[in-house]
Amino acid sequence: MLNYVLSRLFTFVPTFIGVTLISFGFIRVLPGDPIVVMAGERGLTAERYAELEAQFGFDRPLYVQFWEYLTGVLQGDLGNSFVTKRPVWDEFFALFPATLELSLCAMIFAVVIGLPAGVIAAVNRGKFYDRALMSTALIGYSMPIFWWALLLIIVFSGNLQWTPVSGRIDLIYYFPDPTGFMLIDSITSGQKGAFGSAVRHLILPTIVLGTIPLAVIARQTRSAMLEVLGEDYIRTARAKGLAPGRINGVHALRNALIPVITVIGLSVGTLLAGAILTETIFSWPGIGKWMVDSIFRRDYPVVQGGLLLIAVAVMIVNLTVDMLYGVINPKIRKR
Amino acid sequence: MTDTTQIAVERPSPLREFWFYFRENRGAVIGLWIFAAFAFVALFGPWIAPHDATAQFREATLQPPVWQEGGSWTYPLGTDPLGRDMLSRLIVGARFSFFVGIVVVSIAATGGILVGLIAGFAPKWVDTIIMRIMDVILAFPSLLLALVLVAILGPSLTNAMIAIAIVLQPHYVRLTRASVLSERQKDYVTSAKVAGAGLPRLMFITVLPNCLAPIIVQAALSFSTAILDAAALGFLGMGAQPPTPEWGTMLAEAREFILRAWWVVTFPGLAILVTVLAINLMGDGLRDALDPKLKRS
Repeated sequence: MLNYVLSRLFTFVPTFIGVTLISFGFIRVLPGDPIVVMAGERGLTAERYAELEAQFGFDRPLYVQFWEYLTGVLQGDLGNSFVTKRPVWDEFFALFPATLELSLCAMIFAVVIGLPAGVIAAVNRGKFYDRALMSTALIGYSMPIFWWALLLIIVFSGNLQWTPVSGRIDLIYYFPDPTGFMLIDSITSGQKGAFGSAVRHLILPTIVLGTIPLAVIARQTRSAMLEVLGEDYIRTARAKGLAPGRINGVHALRNALIPVITVIGLSVGTLLAGAILTETIFSWPGIGKWMVDSIFRRDYPVVQGGLLLIAVAVMIVNLTVDMLYGVINPKIRKR
Repeated sequence: MTDTTQIAVERPSPLREFWFYFRENRGAVIGLWIFAAFAFVALFGPWIAPHDATAQFREATLQPPVWQEGGSWTYPLGTDPLGRDMLSRLIVGARFSFFVGIVVVSIAATGGILVGLIAGFAPKWVDTIIMRIMDVILAFPSLLLALVLVAILGPSLTNAMIAIAIVLQPHYVRLTRASVLSERQKDYVTSAKVAGAGLPRLMFITVLPNCLAPIIVQAALSFSTAILDAAALGFLGMGAQPPTPEWGTMLAEAREFILRAWWVVTFPGLAILVTVLAINLMGDGLRDALDPKLKRS
């Protein structure tokens, strides 16, 4: 087991350096000189330009710059935003809870509906429920989520007026956010109606962001269940006279969960990509919207730092999933 | 009687065998028909469309579809805020999505297969370097990386296609390498080697054809991913630029009218959904027919 963990950690390091290299190289190939962009409309004199170049270290050899960037990154220094002048690191972690809250809710939504749907489909293989559920899952899987978001807004915010269109909470509520999770902070603030408002803001983005993971989980659960249901020990359980509910729910599902957990872990990247669209549409103040806004503002340090931190987050989650997989499935460890 | 025995003895042609299994999956056949219609519209769009896709009919802005009050047969699916015919724009827009799919899959698959073959045949250290690079690309959420790449290259449909191809390519590398590694162990490869086949022959003629089944399935699936991602980039303003009637770009232009005119938002998205769904249905059928190992049920 230790060997397995070490070998996985060993592959993490070169990938991390590669990711850093890409985000470092990115600022150097973008059109437009970053210093000129930073100066804005006013323009620069040649002396001031050279001064700034020296200040940011753009005049030194590339490998020196990369080394400084890498050591800076490891100490949590990603530079400052051109627009707000605040450290990118601080901005990222100020906005991260919003994305995390949304992603967690979307994942819970996807698992709570996707898992039973997959089980029901597998148990009723080839029958009406199976076909209906799997057709729906395929539609969800093919959904352009930015359009799905607009449709939900038309129906639930426009026609029915049930949910708000944007933001995390109504503007009339204001309270400190110690955790950054609106659902928790709104309860601890003790303000009447704040929690309800937070929930209403969260519903549509959750559905939109959860749709594709939901479809993937339902499809994966079904195929994993079908595989397990064909095993000998299931036949033995049937022959022993165990209730079908117990066989499907306990004996089969437990083993079917292994591939499903992997899929759940690996959808984190998908989730973050989806968050870019979802957050932009619902004006959700999280990482995705921050990245899109920064790209349009040409706020290079933010794009660079955000890209790196998001990639590292995805890598850490994938590493954790790999290790969990090794714990759940002993077959993997031996490789 | 003699006829049937003869058919059973003779091995059917690969295409026929493929069609036999593909036909089993009713959804896949439906998907194929929709895709054929989509391809037809993509090829002949401008000649089928009732109006010019960019012509603005100022006297008829935001006209609802024909079945709603105020609609007319002149503009069957209504008009957009600038008075352009929705149906014509959707028809002409099909070619952009089709084009995106074809180009992205061609670039990503060609590059990915080549790199994958090299990784599978090259010495261990080359293989390791290639696979680490692919890991690095895969560490970024695909849409985010595509978005940043387009920001670097400048927003346009061509750059969006390049960015999406780069992002999709590692999947082909991994897939090709994995099948090459398992095929290389087999006896027929050894015998070809013994018979004196050179490395290029071994790579492209002996091994590659036997690795194609999963790659073809992947190609179908990434065709739909490419369409979705290109539409998403268009929606974010980083893909095709207005007034191009690309479906994602049309959605972006229509966003502010969603509560006043549902049709300007609904139809472009529906077009994307139906196309992607058809391709995914087809992809499932392809997988079942080509690769019994991957068969889900």
